[in-house]
Amino acid sequence: MKTYDKLIFELSRPGRKGYELPADNYMTDGLSAIPSGLLRETPAELPEVSELDVVRHYTNLSNKNFGVDTGFYPLGSCTMKYNPKINEEVAAMSEFSSLHPLQDVKSAQGALELYWNLQNMLANISGLAEFTLNPYAGAHGELTGLMVMRQYHLSRGDEKRTKVIVPNSAHGTNPASAMVAGLEVVEVKSKPNGSIDVEDLRPLLDDSIAGIMMTNPNTLGMFETEILEIAKLVHEAGGLLYYDGANLNPLLGMVRPGDMGFDIMHINLHKTFSTPHGGGGPGSGPVGVAPHLVDFLPNPHVKKAADGTFYVENVDDSLGSVSTFFGNFGVMMKAYAYILSLGKENIKNVGPIATLNANYIKESLKDDYLLPISGVCKHEFVFDGLKDKSTGVTTLNVAKRLLDYGFHAPTIYFPLLFHESMMIEPTETESKETLDDFIAVMHKVAQEARETPEEVLNAPLTTIVRKLDETTAAKNPILNYKALKDSEK
Amino acid sequence: MSKILDDLRYAESHEWVKLEGDIATVGITDYAQHALGNIVYVDMPEVGDEVEQGEDFGAVESVKAASDLISPVSGEVVEINEALEDEPELVNQDAFGNWIMKVRVSDPSEIEKLLDAAAYAKICEE
Repeated sequence: MKTYDKLIFELSRPGRKGYELPADNYMTDGLSAIPSGLLRETPAELPEVSELDVVRHYTNLSNKNFGVDTGFYPLGSCTMKYNPKINEEVAAMSEFSSLHPLQDVKSAQGALELYWNLQNMLANISGLAEFTLNPYAGAHGELTGLMVMRQYHLSRGDEKRTKVIVPNSAHGTNPASAMVAGLEVVEVKSKPNGSIDVEDLRPLLDDSIAGIMMTNPNTLGMFETEILEIAKLVHEAGGLLYYDGANLNPLLGMVRPGDMGFDIMHINLHKTFSTPHGGGGPGSGPVGVAPHLVDFLPNPHVKKAADGTFYVENVDDSLGSVSTFFGNFGVMMKAYAYILSLGKENIKNVGPIATLNANYIKESLKDDYLLPISGVCKHEFVFDGLKDKSTGVTTLNVAKRLLDYGFHAPTIYFPLLFHESMMIEPTETESKETLDDFIAVMHKVAQEARETPEEVLNAPLTTIVRKLDETTAAKNPILNYKALKDSEK
Repeated sequence: MSKILDDLRYAESHEWVKLEGDIATVGITDYAQHALGNIVYVDMPEVGDEVEQGEDFGAVESVKAASDLISPVSGEVVEINEALEDEPELVNQDAFGNWIMKVRVSDPSEIEKLLDAAAYAKICEE
């Protein structure tokens, strides 16, 4: 069923259905209460299908998916790590999944304890004082963290600190979050190895700076060795340091952002703590802070009383609420299961193995692919396309050709520091055999680029959908069935 | 190898300028269009906007990335290339033929701060 390519709307037949609603007195009564001007005049154009139509349709679509459960993807924790199945089992426990957010806290002590324990574990791992688990995902965590930063300055009557320094190699969400938080973005240059240029940073630091946003290791997978100097300079200027937890994976249990001088950070649970995410599914972006910022964290807070019981409190100095109740609780349960499964000792193996795997691929491929920054990387590294630039084969072509060989493409054309960026991150879960298969295929593609470049230029050749016309897709996107029908007219 | 025209001035951020009288015609270089890949949108200023040397005046979006346009001159925008609204890919076809904006410059001497063709060629080689 690999060739299945129907849209659910194409299966629709008038009058066909897979449900029966109760007698319509609710509908009639409800509708009469709505002003007639707000009622639609024609029925909604929803697909009319049977239950079996729906089951087959979505099962067939899911069979076309490529995911970490079906094959290796070099997108790594940047997208999502492998999700151990025990996480799902734990999160499905009805003792937790059947809780109501408004029930008496006396009958939800276990859930509050889990929240308390998880935030404590994250605080220990990060070297910070306390975490809120309320934000819904990474970018939401960034926004929350920046609101904490803003709240801190405002609480001291320091209203002129409206600028956030962001390196030009940063993840795109950093400047975007700063803008949404009402702060102005100031760019600091990177040195050729992607690390922050301290001499470029120095003159930017004045009393209008709220803080700086960084990742460490940076986007090129290199550790920012001058972080202590940077922290000192920013703190001396009255600013705060924000740590984007996107690249926390290699540091787990080895190095702590709090010890590097960071005051605020967010963690993407799906990146580092093996929870599912992507496609807009529920995420979680806990935010941790140094001791002097704890009270600014969003409400509600979970607190532990002297008698060992847990309670919920709204703190006055808090920046307010950023979510309904406590965010995506099921995701927290999965991260909690992951941390407990590994334990204090094993969690220290994550970073070194992820780092070893990344360096193994990097060193194995650098004869065919251009490695702009040499030296030991952390969990990820970046090639600047093929080494041999004379073949006309670009990073996009290599990425498409990988699909023919059953591998997902890596992140391409990011970071923007190079024209042909290809960012590769295997993570700690892949075996040496899988890494070797990937390396062999990458060598093969490089060889094809030299000997039979048209094959690579026209790739993918074996997928259901061949090379897409990205320009037309970007200029005239057809995003739903109605637009498709309109375009055929 | 990207094309570089001898009679133009260049910014390090890959814009070109041609100054005729007090009107500067501005576009992006062939090297820039090549690096960006297929261009899908050019965000242009409006006629009457003030632009400043070294400051953003718009953006170019390609299938790979979005990139700010940095004005190589200061002055008032007197014309924009409306053809790019529907056919931004014209920049890919001929980056020097398809300018983006024309500016009445407030300080013609600013152009002396820009690179000549030889100096720009050197930057592209790096």
